[in-house]
Amino acid sequence: MDHKEKKRIEEAKIKWESKSLEMVLNKFPERKERFVTGSNKEVKRLYDPLDLEEFDYLEDSGFPGDFPYTRGVQPTMYRGRLWTMRQYAGFGDAEESNKRYKYLLKNGQTGLSIAFDLPTQIGYDSDHPMSHGEVGKVGVAIDSLKDMEILFEGIPLEKVSTSMTINAPAAVLLAMYIAVAEKQGVPADKLNGTIQNDILKEYIARGTYIFPPLPSIRLITDIFDYCSKELPRWNTISISGYHIREAGATAIQEIAFTLANGIAYVDAAVKKGMDIDKFAPRISFFFNAHNDLFEEVAKFRAARKLWAKIMKERFAVTNPKSMILRFHTQTAGCTLTAQQPDNNIVRVALQALAAVLGGTQSLHTNSRDEALSLPSQNAVMIALRTQQIIAHESGVTETVDPMAGSYYVEKMTREIENGVMDYIDRIEQLGGAASAIEKGFIQREIQNSAYQYQRDIEDKKRIIVGVNKFQIEEETMKDLLKVNPEIEKQQVKKLDDVKNSRKESEVQEKLNLLKNAANSDQNVMPFILSCVKSYATLGEICDQLRNVFGEYKESIKI
Amino acid sequence: MKKSRIRVLVAKPGLDGHDRGAKVIARALRDAGMEVIYTGLRQTPEQIVEAAVQEDVNVIGLSILSGAHMYIFPKILHLLEERKMTDVLIIAGGIIPAEDIPVLKNMGVKEIFTPGTDTRDIVEYINANVALIRGTI
Amino acid sequence: MNLSDEVRQGDSRSVAKLITMVENDFQHAQPFLKELHPFCGQAIVIGITGPPGSGKSTITDRLSKHLRKINKKVGIIAIDPSSPFSGGAILGDRIRMQDLTTDKGVFIRSVGARGHLGGLSRSTQAVVKILDAMGKDFIFIETVGVGQSEIDVIKVSDVVLLIVMPGMGDDIQVIKAGIMEIGDIFVVNKADRDGSDKLIAEIEMMLHLSEKEEKWNPPILKTVGTENIGIDLLWKNVEKCIDYLRTSGEMFQRRKNRTRKEIFDLFQESWREMFFQFIGEERLEKEVEKVLKQNDDPYHAVKRLSDIFKKKLFKGGE
Repeated sequence: MDHKEKKRIEEAKIKWESKSLEMVLNKFPERKERFVTGSNKEVKRLYDPLDLEEFDYLEDSGFPGDFPYTRGVQPTMYRGRLWTMRQYAGFGDAEESNKRYKYLLKNGQTGLSIAFDLPTQIGYDSDHPMSHGEVGKVGVAIDSLKDMEILFEGIPLEKVSTSMTINAPAAVLLAMYIAVAEKQGVPADKLNGTIQNDILKEYIARGTYIFPPLPSIRLITDIFDYCSKELPRWNTISISGYHIREAGATAIQEIAFTLANGIAYVDAAVKKGMDIDKFAPRISFFFNAHNDLFEEVAKFRAARKLWAKIMKERFAVTNPKSMILRFHTQTAGCTLTAQQPDNNIVRVALQALAAVLGGTQSLHTNSRDEALSLPSQNAVMIALRTQQIIAHESGVTETVDPMAGSYYVEKMTREIENGVMDYIDRIEQLGGAASAIEKGFIQREIQNSAYQYQRDIEDKKRIIVGVNKFQIEEETMKDLLKVNPEIEKQQVKKLDDVKNSRKESEVQEKLNLLKNAANSDQNVMPFILSCVKSYATLGEICDQLRNVFGEYKESIKI
Repeated sequence: MKKSRIRVLVAKPGLDGHDRGAKVIARALRDAGMEVIYTGLRQTPEQIVEAAVQEDVNVIGLSILSGAHMYIFPKILHLLEERKMTDVLIIAGGIIPAEDIPVLKNMGVKEIFTPGTDTRDIVEYINANVALIRGTI
Repeated sequence: MNLSDEVRQGDSRSVAKLITMVENDFQHAQPFLKELHPFCGQAIVIGITGPPGSGKSTITDRLSKHLRKINKKVGIIAIDPSSPFSGGAILGDRIRMQDLTTDKGVFIRSVGARGHLGGLSRSTQAVVKILDAMGKDFIFIETVGVGQSEIDVIKVSDVVLLIVMPGMGDDIQVIKAGIMEIGDIFVVNKADRDGSDKLIAEIEMMLHLSEKEEKWNPPILKTVGTENIGIDLLWKNVEKCIDYLRTSGEMFQRRKNRTRKEIFDLFQESWREMFFQFIGEERLEKEVEKVLKQNDDPYHAVKRLSDIFKKKLFKGGE
């Protein structure tokens, strides 16, 4: 903006403030003392060209598909292809989940997203003492390749892309997926999908860790390496901010801690001698779509820009694909209420809209019964339809990055960038993400935000409709999904059957080879694949790794 | 006689790793003057009960979102009975379907605080009920 | 069977209840403490102190496990700071000692630093007695060690371990002289981090300057608590220290000092309680007002109060 123009606007603004604004304020004071974003960041009454005085379109924004990718990962975005509609699903046993996947695919979902139960996520078989009561409850129970085969029965893996939310034992589930595909006649290099495989956030915010940080990162880099050769279309990691946000983080913290974790993973792989431009293109991310529409859109744009700059400046990548932040989004579960659950449909719609305006590659929308149970079939249908209505009826997909140029959104994008870089610098000083986690720094920041959020709700500084305002006498919600209580018994029986019908000596031999590989610096993936094919169970494989790597012990005080 | 501080055990039983709620409540209870023993994740019923005994807590708060409550809570309650911890107030929170609540209350979980609960209500509840148990009302 | 009998039998519930009584109603607990006194004195008390984050709980956990392997019984008193505003506390040391919770040979009690009528030191001494009478061979007292009350607590120990870690920056200066003087063994934990050798050099220098008179040369040891590295050697040094303390008569001297302090503290506390019994809050308040308003001085106020006190005392107001 040139100096004359700036002066003109400044003078006009002063006039406006002293005349029109002053008049109204005298009659009607504003509703609140302080107006804030969903993350408690102060918001001004008005944003105007003066806020973008320093803004340089080409430097700060650029064009979609060009560095720094602020406006999108791709020049045509949704005009070329809509985001993948990918509902996270899974419960009970493989048969039941298979049915739900087929239902979703039939109704227009375009990718699969597998939810595993807690025993599976933590590397326990369904008959382990720690698994009692947990089998099939929050996702599907997978004990061996047999379950995986049932899970994908009748689902063509060369046509469908599959995202698996699995972290500590990701290598094992990936190996099972490869083995199932093989049985379907689909070669590994044709497989499309993602594994979450992000252990650092488990220590921070999610809790399904098994091994300590160093061996866990070794497993992750083994996967990077293996996939860069054998599964070139596979996204080897989904570096997650979703759970960090759900744990109570602000928008800035969500991006900062996620990117810091990303830097840690890339560092580890590079230290191991891997060619960054070979594995970096297959890194993906996973973010939260929270309530404050504009803050979320700005957040996504800032994230893309920052990652691109980090990859270019810090890691000196040469392949443009290595700089591009591709992400999946899930609407914010923690914002959905048990009170007046139908309101959640509206919340999810607004959050999904934010994700789309933010340029997500893939989206999961939560169901209205989120605070009560796993989604019922009816509820998940509405969630899916929400995406389809946004895609086909709202008009926001007709053009690329429609919010660009908004004084508010561009200013907010810049502010979020600055806030994120501050955190990344601090984490750097603490020795990187793994070190910051060990010192409890990241966890404390999140807990402080979470506590502040709760105080704001209780002080009514933040209104949650139906919870601290507009409450009604509730009726219990009907038609909630219930997991068959017999699942655990049935699953244990199936597990026994598998163990009885496999070649025991072969299993032991493969497990032994795995142990040796884990103890050396060989890539463990081929050994895990071998174990999986012999029908070694998830628990047996993970126990071998536990013996070599040890188990992580939680240690951070509140 | 000086009123003695209320001691609360906040525990995460089972494999559920979502501890945002448990931590927010631990802080709220601390700010209300209580001593909170926070156990961390992946607690077995045995660990929870033993900690409760050694710390001589007035309250046990169980936080669970994984749906495993109908299996785990009875185990905890049974062990507490065995150890004669009959004067301990047992409360819970997390994702617990409405239809399970009366069953759990029957078993001995005195109150269940579902999503959207104000932490001040929990503080008040604990203060009132511990006072009752102590017989100072 | 009464409470003290049950404590001596090792019943956790009784032990826990008596500890609660000590914290909240010391008068009521005293008779039981009296009954337990003859059965105390066997346990060795090991103080573990150091700045937050240095790994005290982890070291305590590792040492305890080491002791359990050789069938020794362990008691742990884990002291955490309380909120200066609400008096409440989040006591999270158990998180790092998960495995020990269900070990029948271990008893762990979490204690908030504030709100102990009569002081943290008196409470802790009593809890040590209880765990001792319960049959524990070794009792760990774990505390951050800032503030006079926590330093007093550390002095309750026979052997004091000071746990530090590299990267504390200027915090090494913050470790009060009091702690440096009473440290018997220095542990540089998280020794796999950069700066551990530098830290050892700094501690050596501080020890050199502190002019301790004893013949025990405090060793400075490296550990990585989370990996169980250096724990065996650490324990060997603790044993060496205990041997030295015993043969040199230093242990006896320390316990003598402790008992002396205990008697004095108890006596002081009982006088304090009598003060409130004979004088009362109201009368005290009046004197405070006088001193503030009428420019009277505190020394005269004390004279007046002493006169009242003596009168009531000799009137047989036991």
